[in-house]
Amino acid sequence: MRHVRAGRRGGAVSSFIGVVGELLITAGVFLGLFVVWQLWWTDVQADRVHTQVLAELDWPQPPAATENAEDADDDGPAIAGEHRGEPPVMDEPADETVFAELYVPRWGADYVTPVAQGIDKARVLDRLGVGHYPGTAMPGDLGNFATAGHRTTYGSPYQQVAELREGDPLVFRTETTWYVYRKTTDEIVWPHQVEVISPVPGLMPGEPIPDLTDRLLTLTACHPMYSAAQRFIVYGELDYWAPVEEGTPIELIEAGVKVRGAGGQA
Amino acid sequence: MYGGLWRILPGPAWFRALFLLVLALALVWVCFEWAFPWLSEYVPINDNTVEAHP
Repeated sequence: MRHVRAGRRGGAVSSFIGVVGELLITAGVFLGLFVVWQLWWTDVQADRVHTQVLAELDWPQPPAATENAEDADDDGPAIAGEHRGEPPVMDEPADETVFAELYVPRWGADYVTPVAQGIDKARVLDRLGVGHYPGTAMPGDLGNFATAGHRTTYGSPYQQVAELREGDPLVFRTETTWYVYRKTTDEIVWPHQVEVISPVPGLMPGEPIPDLTDRLLTLTACHPMYSAAQRFIVYGELDYWAPVEEGTPIELIEAGVKVRGAGGQA
Repeated sequence: MYGGLWRILPGPAWFRALFLLVLALALVWVCFEWAFPWLSEYVPINDNTVEAHP
């Protein structure tokens, strides 16, 4: 009680303690706001940018199945054929160029994220979604198409990376071509283990690269969630490819995924 | 500290409260737009790439 009364009288010590207390409360509010910003606002901002970036692509919509439907009202998407020959492969674009969309039915029918060139955190991963490791294969090519994405924050494109099961389709679309990969395995590695994105995963940097025979895919995301201690790695392999003008992969149609495109409703 | 701020502000209580509310929102906005993006570079809780470290 005596202290309280001393404080009311404005003693130097108690007013000093009062200011320290207010500074500590301010620091606490500041840190709390930082958590709100990091865990919530970066997602809000990135989702907004992703939606805008995807809309700006203005890519043609895959054709509808009207010609082989009995009544003309049925205009569900046409089913794309499963091509297993040599796929078309685009050249590596300039940094920060959005060159593909990724659809993953396991992550929801409305899941779609842009895929951009580069893995710069501020310019690509925090803003544009999934990033493509420069120098690794492009979609469909022999070798390893290696990508990175946030598992938490900034749109969290790879949030559910650990929920993928063997055989789950991971469907990349460039302007003209579908590439349907399927998950093979996953593993947890340390951040320095760059061999996971080698043309043949496991090959150490500097080792001679053998003749490439497989068209592989690697996803890297942080692990555990809300930590950067390790990396969660998912491997996949190309199942088939298809021209967009032919239709939509059956995997997306069955999952109820609405493929966006120019003139179509997202 | 905050008591002093309240006392040096002119005007009636409702005006002071409104002023402080606007000030607080402006500070939050500055944090969200500039301070936190800068700070997050030093809080690597969400790195997701594999990189060669010497």
